[in-house]
Amino acid sequence: MREITLSQAVNEALAEEMRRDETVFIIGEDVAEAGTPFKVLSGLVEEFGTERVVDTPIAEPGFMGLAVGAAMTGTRPVVDLMFGDFIYLIMDQLCNQAAKTHYMSGGKMSAPLVLRTNMGATRRSAAQHSQSLHALVAHIPGLKVAMPSSAYEAKGLMKTAIRDNNPVVIFEDKLMYNDKAPVPEEEFLIPFGEANVKREGRDITLIATSSMVQVCEAAAEILAKEGIDAEVIDPRTIVPLDEETLIASAKKTSRVIVVDEGHQSYGITGEIAGRINEKAFYHLDAPVLRMGAMDVPVPFSPALEDITVPTPETVAENARKLMSGEMIHAA
Amino acid sequence: MVKTKTNTEDYLRMYRQMVRIRTFEDNANQLYLSAKMPGLTHMYSGEEAVAVGICEALKVTDKITSTHRGHGHCVAKGAEFKEMFCELLGKEEGYCRGKGGSMHIADQSNGNLGANAIVGGSMGIATGSAFTAKLLGKDDVTVCFFGDGATAQGLMYEVMNMAALWKLPVIYACENNGYSEYTKTEEIAAGSITARAEAFGIEAHQVDGQDVLAVNELTQDLVARARKGEGPFFMELMTYRYHGHHVGDINREYYRSKEEEQDWKENRDPIIKFRSWLVEQGIATEDDIEAMNAEVKKDAEEAVAYAEAAPYPDETEVDMHVFTDIKHALA
Repeated sequence: MREITLSQAVNEALAEEMRRDETVFIIGEDVAEAGTPFKVLSGLVEEFGTERVVDTPIAEPGFMGLAVGAAMTGTRPVVDLMFGDFIYLIMDQLCNQAAKTHYMSGGKMSAPLVLRTNMGATRRSAAQHSQSLHALVAHIPGLKVAMPSSAYEAKGLMKTAIRDNNPVVIFEDKLMYNDKAPVPEEEFLIPFGEANVKREGRDITLIATSSMVQVCEAAAEILAKEGIDAEVIDPRTIVPLDEETLIASAKKTSRVIVVDEGHQSYGITGEIAGRINEKAFYHLDAPVLRMGAMDVPVPFSPALEDITVPTPETVAENARKLMSGEMIHAA
Repeated sequence: MVKTKTNTEDYLRMYRQMVRIRTFEDNANQLYLSAKMPGLTHMYSGEEAVAVGICEALKVTDKITSTHRGHGHCVAKGAEFKEMFCELLGKEEGYCRGKGGSMHIADQSNGNLGANAIVGGSMGIATGSAFTAKLLGKDDVTVCFFGDGATAQGLMYEVMNMAALWKLPVIYACENNGYSEYTKTEEIAAGSITARAEAFGIEAHQVDGQDVLAVNELTQDLVARARKGEGPFFMELMTYRYHGHHVGDINREYYRSKEEEQDWKENRDPIIKFRSWLVEQGIATEDDIEAMNAEVKKDAEEAVAYAEAAPYPDETEVDMHVFTDIKHALA
């Protein structure tokens, strides 16, 4: 199968959906001729014109609000938010308006829009361009949240998101834009709420989102050499969450680590760990462990930044502790 | 008012719609005072000529966005009393199945995209609705209602900038009732309100919001021009709210005098003024008008009785309409 980058995968998904449905348009800062600072959208304005690849002023709440109204009246906007960190600027339009439109109208209106943005630290961009803020939006009823872990997921989830009649937020890891993965040339979609078992194993389950899937796959390789057989599962969407697959794996292996790049406290690692505790408690041989980013603003210095996020080594280290029983008496 | 008797039906309908709004509000206030209505509501009484003058210049397919003080917009755009009172009382047959209430009432069948409980929160939505019309080549015009208080929100400037850049068919209708919640407008708004729009090259007009014909005439002109792609436009409608910020704001002499309120009610009431004009012009007799008033009063009383007797939504509805495609979000 051919291999393309995550960036190309997103570009292809958008182009295919824009050809299929003329109500789909892209709106955001420097999306047209510039194709975004990450060049993810390069070439789209040449095919679809500036009417459908719309450069905006630097006014995140404004174009987000505009997209909500456009979505409510018969179009399917794909909003490009240049950095995930800017999500704080658009919270009212996303969470008070888009997320609640369907519910507050008793099901009579909806806001079928996609907000595509990014996440991920270790790019030496410091505290306001490095955050992974998916937990903030996953907390709000009415928003779906997708977290592609490779080019394959990025394409399939984006196409599903555009066709979904609800507001969907997609977080792409900005460090993975140039990562290649096999992506079929023929059309495919990835349904929401279906986790992907990336690697089967018997001894311990590593539940990982976005770039943490790669981290956990690498950790599983390290552990395999030590005779520990790790299962790696990518939920792919955290709303809706494929609880069934995660619980089944927890019951099978009896040990779970949840790895995610959002801040650890009050984040999705705690949410997933909580659900496993509620539904698989009597099958567990160890506490479910959370591994998120450190609860500090992302520092600039490489010497500091690199230690804020989980790595294959730290995941493997915690897996060994869970396997040895050390964590049971950790307190 | 210098109009002559050219369009009797239109004039009588405008009068009737203004009376319907006043009557609706009188009944809503009574429901609050008698503790039959859950929560609070914000009365539109005194501002009727604004909503009616504007909405009478619109087609059913034209869109409006409304505010927390939104019953007037809803009635003027064509809504029915029964569904409105049901919504105010949280009943299943309400426009939003009881999920929105007074502050989120919407009637998409008549192009009302909804009231909004965030001051200025619908400015993006209105602009986006106009964006849809342009993108899809429809000739719909969108009117964005908001108060003088909302002119302090940053979103307004972001979306007016985009609307002007892209010549969107949207009319920003600022209902200047002199008060931003419990504070005089002059204390929160520096400079001129219309100059705010003019700074973006948007043609702006100030009009007497108590004169329904003046409002209607200006709106007809602006709507026709917006349909031809000459928008956006801005209107500042000088008006007055008879009640406090909300129905519970009874003792308000600390921010405005009873004499001031009396003056507006006696000398500048939009309904009294228009009624006199209709009689003077020989368009209707006092008897015709009294009959119309009585009919509206009866309609409202019947609708209130209906809503009071109507059932609440079933408890199983609580997790419906969170998402369009998941019947029960918590199942």
